[in-house]
Amino acid sequence: MAKNNLAYVRTEIVPESPAPNLSKGILGWMKNNLFSSISNTIMTILGALFLMWVLPPIYGFLFGNAVWPGEGVTVEDCRAKGAGACWAYIDDRMTFFIYGFFPKDAYWVTQEGFIASIMQYWRVNAVFAVGTLLIVPLMWPDLKYKLLNSILFFVVYPVFVFYMLTGGVFGLEEVPTVKWGGLTVTLIIGLVGIVVSLPLGIILALGRQSKMPIIKSFCIMFIEVWRAVPLITVLFMASVMLPLFMPVGMTIDKLLRALVGVSLFSAAYMAEVVRGGLQALPKGQSEAAASLGLNYWKSMGFIILPQALKHVIPGIVNSFIALFKDTSLVAIVGIFDLLRATQIANLNLDWASKNQAISGYIFAAAIFWLFCFGMSRYSIMMERRLDTGHKN
Amino acid sequence: MTKQTQTAVKKPTAVDENADVAIEIIGMNKWFGDFHVLRDIDLKVMKGERIVIAGPSGSGKSTLIRCINRLEEHQQGQIIVDGTELTSDIKKIDEVRREVGMVFQHFNLFPHLSILENCTLAPIWVRGVPKAEAEETAMHYLERVKIPEQALKYPGQLSGGQQQRVAIARSLCMNPQIMLFDEPTSALDPEMIKEVLDVMVSLAEDGMTMLVVTHEMGFARQVANQVVFMDQGQIVEQNNPEDFFSNPQHERTKEFLSQILH
Repeated sequence: MAKNNLAYVRTEIVPESPAPNLSKGILGWMKNNLFSSISNTIMTILGALFLMWVLPPIYGFLFGNAVWPGEGVTVEDCRAKGAGACWAYIDDRMTFFIYGFFPKDAYWVTQEGFIASIMQYWRVNAVFAVGTLLIVPLMWPDLKYKLLNSILFFVVYPVFVFYMLTGGVFGLEEVPTVKWGGLTVTLIIGLVGIVVSLPLGIILALGRQSKMPIIKSFCIMFIEVWRAVPLITVLFMASVMLPLFMPVGMTIDKLLRALVGVSLFSAAYMAEVVRGGLQALPKGQSEAAASLGLNYWKSMGFIILPQALKHVIPGIVNSFIALFKDTSLVAIVGIFDLLRATQIANLNLDWASKNQAISGYIFAAAIFWLFCFGMSRYSIMMERRLDTGHKN
Repeated sequence: MTKQTQTAVKKPTAVDENADVAIEIIGMNKWFGDFHVLRDIDLKVMKGERIVIAGPSGSGKSTLIRCINRLEEHQQGQIIVDGTELTSDIKKIDEVRREVGMVFQHFNLFPHLSILENCTLAPIWVRGVPKAEAEETAMHYLERVKIPEQALKYPGQLSGGQQQRVAIARSLCMNPQIMLFDEPTSALDPEMIKEVLDVMVSLAEDGMTMLVVTHEMGFARQVANQVVFMDQGQIVEQNNPEDFFSNPQHERTKEFLSQILH
């Protein structure tokens, strides 16, 4: 009789072995992702045909047949039959795209060469250079002196920018904000909006969860009113309605009004993003903080906000990106941001050709894309960095 | 349920009759909305005493100890902790919380901070202890709970039992007079319960005043001075562990013990 013995004791450990070959390498990837079934194979072939149909003309327009700046390149080349994008026009108008109507420096305009071309707009360029020098170390995670860096960037730098651009002191020519334009204005509105809306949004989100009824209802009202109104309406109200309520002779700078409008508008959105993060945290975190004797602000500052904000980095950056692109709406109240500057330049008859406007718009879109893509990548990097491997 | 191993732990000595009162609860009532969760609670805990609170789920035992450091607010009666009565006065609440440590069922470590930072945050920012000294204290207590080598890791990298031991160390770093335990082993894998209970037993041996909500009856037998049995928001029976387990008086207590001791 065969003995049916169920008892079993393992005597040796099964060694680790490598995964089968077909699941690795390029071939494995292609087999899994492109040709895993008949329908997938058909879709892959159709997709490849579509790309072969679409890519060459796009390449031709953007690069192959494009008119690049160079010696003796004129508008006639852009008007030639079969010419692609007119990059020579972009190059010719580059200073307008970047600086708008900002006046050139009287001395350097008489000089020639590369240095002179930079020094003609040295005031704006200095603002760009100092800003880059401050913001790069600020965003570089491992560098020290973050506090000093923050003070310089958030307190000293705005003052520097203000005097550098408006002038009127230290012998600088006074430049009213209506002459500011192009990428300069886009960056100013975008950066101010981002820097103001995040802390304001955090305060609004905390206020909305407050137990104090007046603070709570004020925050709810603020958020709901600003979120329920289109940004265009806000900008129109700021530029058309506000002056009607002002005393005669008193004006507030148009750019300043737009800055305040954009900042408050995105703060309301930011508040809801942050609130989402606060709600995602388990109640145990604030209870643990309280039971250790941390008061409300310490608990928020050390325990709750660092985690809540980390959770909503994608949402925050989403808001930043939306805000940066929405800055182009200020064009409707007569502020010359990058997009408006592009539109104006496109009307220029010196470069009138079939592809003038589309070249301008592609350029503006590329600039916007560059900044937004940068923000997106940076946020992904920060998310990975801050991940401490806990799904709490 | 896991039985507490009967190692040669010396039975904590009886509490001195003249010892100071650590916690006094007088005629306390609490409602969640219309639901009367705690009814006429009277409880006196002397310094150095170890009280185990048992009872079925929903009986209000967690709510009771959460009231003691004001994570929950009571509506009637008095709670006096170390001579300070708990009212809505924020300063007094913070004063009590500094002296009362709490360990939660789900550990509630701060996942974005390392183990060491978890332990030093409150001493540095609440007590104003210098960073170096706080780290030294933290390492002392991490050694005491037997995980000093994990100090630089993050909570997410530790097992449940290790996390709960860190949570105990984190509370001890504030040098509390009283420790509250809210079902400290209920969320743990069976293999990890003992390592946490061992730490709690050694705390008890050192004379810490402890209030423990738990289903670990072995622990209650071993270290408690008193067992408090709650049902439907009331204290149904209260006795020393020998009599409580061998000779329960109330019908509800008998029923409860017959369900969990088999």
